[in-house]
Amino acid sequence: MELLNLFIKSAFIENMALAYFLGMCSYLAVSKTVKTAFGLGLAVIFVLAITMPINWIINEYLLSENGVFGVDLTFLRFILFIAVIASMVQLVEMVVEKYSPALYTSLGIFLPLITVNCAILGGSLFMAAREYNFGESVAYGLGAGFGWFLAIIAIAAIREKIKYSNVPPGLRGLGMAFLLTGLMGMAFMSLMGIDPAAF
Amino acid sequence: MAEVAEKAVVEEKEPLFGSKERKLLTDPLNDNNPITVQVLGICSALAVTTLVSKAVVMSIAVVFVCAFANLFTSLLRNRIPKQVRMIVQLVIIATLVTVVELTLKAINYPIYKELSVFIGLIITNCIVMGRLEAFAMANRPWRSFLDGVGNGLGYGAILIIIAVIREFFGKGTIMDFGIIGAGSKFLINTETSWLFGWYAPNNLMVLFPSAMFVIAVIIWIQRSWNTKLVDIS
Repeated sequence: MELLNLFIKSAFIENMALAYFLGMCSYLAVSKTVKTAFGLGLAVIFVLAITMPINWIINEYLLSENGVFGVDLTFLRFILFIAVIASMVQLVEMVVEKYSPALYTSLGIFLPLITVNCAILGGSLFMAAREYNFGESVAYGLGAGFGWFLAIIAIAAIREKIKYSNVPPGLRGLGMAFLLTGLMGMAFMSLMGIDPAAF
Repeated sequence: MAEVAEKAVVEEKEPLFGSKERKLLTDPLNDNNPITVQVLGICSALAVTTLVSKAVVMSIAVVFVCAFANLFTSLLRNRIPKQVRMIVQLVIIATLVTVVELTLKAINYPIYKELSVFIGLIITNCIVMGRLEAFAMANRPWRSFLDGVGNGLGYGAILIIIAVIREFFGKGTIMDFGIIGAGSKFLINTETSWLFGWYAPNNLMVLFPSAMFVIAVIIWIQRSWNTKLVDIS
């Protein structure tokens, strides 16, 4: 039950994209059409859900004082986390290419982009800072990925429609995307009032 | 002999601080700004701009990481195999960021606590990666270094502008120096002033979405003034 709470909390109340504004670069760059946004969103869920538990294991058993080496190695956290993310992305790309060419053609181009998506590294760093346990890290990874997926689909749908509106030239494209994200962020702020324990 | 002469011609002169070098520094400030034109590194721009002091620390960190990551990648560029270049670049960046993190932790712990994960997120700040890919992998060390400094400064400039706007309108202070607000620590005390009694700080400015609006307005102003940047698509 607590895991479900955490899932809902990370997907809606602490939405990666709209409450913390993480992963904004790819969020703005790939949200021109719903179709591509869908592919990137799926890839983010996938990678977050895989890297979060792996980074948890590394953080707990290699880097902490009670780990294998018995010394506090937390200063290596950044390098190891990013190495895990980069290699997992590479691995996922190869596995998907081998076993599901259809999925690969729809996700393929987005996978390398994900290495530098701050939502992934941010998720792992939040997980380490908040000292989640293993189950919580899995739920948090899934929830954060799902929240990001929702956010990018929503902005892509709005941007598809806004293309036909008469926007002042200076605001066209990028400026409008920023304004819309701000408005969506305000809307998501109202979800902060929800008490996740009520579910 | 002819070969040597040809080589000498190809090897263009690289003055320490010629017009090209100056352009590398000034271009990112306006025409090719990392945030408003290249749309890179937005994530941290939003989160750390509630206070000017945080934005300044973040800008210094990014200038440092960007400049030295560019320098080291440029020095190693002929030895990095194409297939693993991403991981090599990330390791260089992550090392520099670790240096920044530990230094900040030692010098100013309260700011370090407030910036929390966002120092770590410089690793995935797309400006650093983007400049490595686009510039440092194909240019000499000194130029790459300048390009890194320029892009770091362009990023920092926007960051500090946003932070000044947000802190002034949200809290009535700049760098924790009170300018307008209720209380005796402010320059203009709205409780006693007869002229500014109506003024109240705008709390929205402290919240995340306001950064989005401020950037949108900055982009709008910049593009109406510099019309070649307008998005035609």
